[in-house]
Amino acid sequence: MKSWMPFEWIAALRFLREGRMQSVLIIVGVGVGVAVIVFMSALLSGLQGNLIKRTLSSQANIVVLPPEELARPQVSAEHSALLIQKQAQRLRSIDQWQQLRDRLQTWPEIAAISPVASGPAFAVRGDANKAITLVGIEPERYNRVISLTDRLTAGELRVGSGEAVIGIELAKDIGAAVGDKLRVTTADGSSETLTITGLFDLGNKAVNARNIYVGLRTAQTLLGLVGGVSNLDIALHDLDLAETVAQRIAGETGLTADSWIRTNAQFVTALTSQRVSSNVIRFFVGLSVAFGIASVLVVSVIQRSKEIGILRAMGATQKQMLRVFLLQGGIVGFFGSLLGSGLAWFFLVLWRLMARNADGTPLFVIGVEPSLVVISAAGASLVGILAALLPARRAARLDPVVAIRG
Amino acid sequence: MADSVLELRAIRKSYGSGETENEILHGIDLRLERGEFAALIGPSGSGKSTLLNLIGLLDRPSAGQLFINGEETGLLDDTDLTRLRGQQIGFVFQHHHLISAFTAEENVAMPLLVARGRPDAAMFMKAGELLDQVGLADRKSYLANRLSGGQQQRVAIARALAMDPSLVLADEPTGNLDTHSADDVFKLLRAVNTRLQTTFLIVTHDPRLAQRCDRIIELTDGAIVSDIRHQPAA
Repeated sequence: MKSWMPFEWIAALRFLREGRMQSVLIIVGVGVGVAVIVFMSALLSGLQGNLIKRTLSSQANIVVLPPEELARPQVSAEHSALLIQKQAQRLRSIDQWQQLRDRLQTWPEIAAISPVASGPAFAVRGDANKAITLVGIEPERYNRVISLTDRLTAGELRVGSGEAVIGIELAKDIGAAVGDKLRVTTADGSSETLTITGLFDLGNKAVNARNIYVGLRTAQTLLGLVGGVSNLDIALHDLDLAETVAQRIAGETGLTADSWIRTNAQFVTALTSQRVSSNVIRFFVGLSVAFGIASVLVVSVIQRSKEIGILRAMGATQKQMLRVFLLQGGIVGFFGSLLGSGLAWFFLVLWRLMARNADGTPLFVIGVEPSLVVISAAGASLVGILAALLPARRAARLDPVVAIRG
Repeated sequence: MADSVLELRAIRKSYGSGETENEILHGIDLRLERGEFAALIGPSGSGKSTLLNLIGLLDRPSAGQLFINGEETGLLDDTDLTRLRGQQIGFVFQHHHLISAFTAEENVAMPLLVARGRPDAAMFMKAGELLDQVGLADRKSYLANRLSGGQQQRVAIARALAMDPSLVLADEPTGNLDTHSADDVFKLLRAVNTRLQTTFLIVTHDPRLAQRCDRIIELTDGAIVSDIRHQPAA
């Protein structure tokens, strides 16, 4: 008997130790439940993180655009009905974009801002003629928003005067490789011959077939946006804040700010649904763990009713008996969660070994956060204590007379 | 009143209410002095166990007053009653009721542990002494369920004495033992009574056992029908 342990701890541990088989079975039961929860959580966050990463590999967290142009009627609408035709949107620059960029740069939520001059054009090489999106960037800044350098499959990210980096699909379509030349023509007839310095693969076929990255100045000249930019691409520290920050930008500047959450509404809804359904599963697994603990403790209270009665007869208070059984629930939950975390870790290692792409690389990265283990241990202990509440109250309220005679 | 360990005044106990009310004890008056060694006898259903539960503060009377060492127990709340029970009353049951997850020594120390909250060296020293007195010093580290019936009952007696109670209530303490063990246990109770002047109230069906006590209280149909002090048989 350890001298530092209070009576309740000693009794709880001894009772669990004596009912060894029962205790081991329920700890394994809790362990399996916790393993499912931890494994699912890790798998889901890995999967979702991977999906979001892939989705955002070719787009910024927030894109700030000039406000939409609206037709303003010259006649007052007071005494007559007006039919206003929606105005065609031309390519325009964001007013005072440098000041705006500098201002936004001071916001703590924003990690990086990159000015972009982007517009439609044609790429011509020999007989091939493709509609493209010309994207003028400052490579260093743009890399902080979308890491283009990491996505290069050939050449380098060099977009000086007369240079361009194109997608692998476009390269295939027009039959070009690094070092080849292509001609870019815009709708107003501006044209320039560019040398291909690199090929990229952003993991999105449409983007790979359409985007041509050039220097900001080259795009500004070709698109008639001298000194201007068509949008500011923003990267955030926390992806989940995108919509909030976008709304704040729109509210404060009067510009249009599209977050990735709104741009990919269906995708985000799918992710949310997945998260909700996994939470439902986790809740029910947790519930069945709680019922498992409760049922074992109810049986234990019945089995030990005589002993509870004798402890009460020799002066143990109701509160002491309550704590003895609450502790048993907590201890079972705690050790179950340790076993469960171990099991989950084992399954995740197994998953990493088995779930692989055709080329042998892992399907996606799953990390086990140590905090997940701590949270699951605390959570399972709490669930154990809550589950023990009913049996513990029953034990505490046991009439010693009835219990001893029982 | 100074030497009265237990005093019952017009104690009644009934169960149920209204038409289904069933009175088990009909106004019991009883007084036990310090150092008395009394037997409570009576046929089954006479109310012996009900009376013992009331005296042991495991239950409350429907009417009347019950004093333990001069303290009126009707005024105490459940927690104080539990505390008083733990400190002043020791129990020995027919079926031993040791806690099987603990050793003999730990079982004896249990009332002290419950009262003090944490184990300490003094309580194990006391448990060791008590086990020595009941002749089980060499069995102190045995788990309770590894002891024989007679040994378990002796451990239960040692446990009942752990808090130095003024009153020990024994419910058929030898009822479950063979003749030899029963005699040993009785002698042990008697020895404790003589040495420590602890008051004993022993409920028994066994007339021979009752004859060996200083006083025989007979309960029939919820009332004391005789209360005889006599020279015990050897």
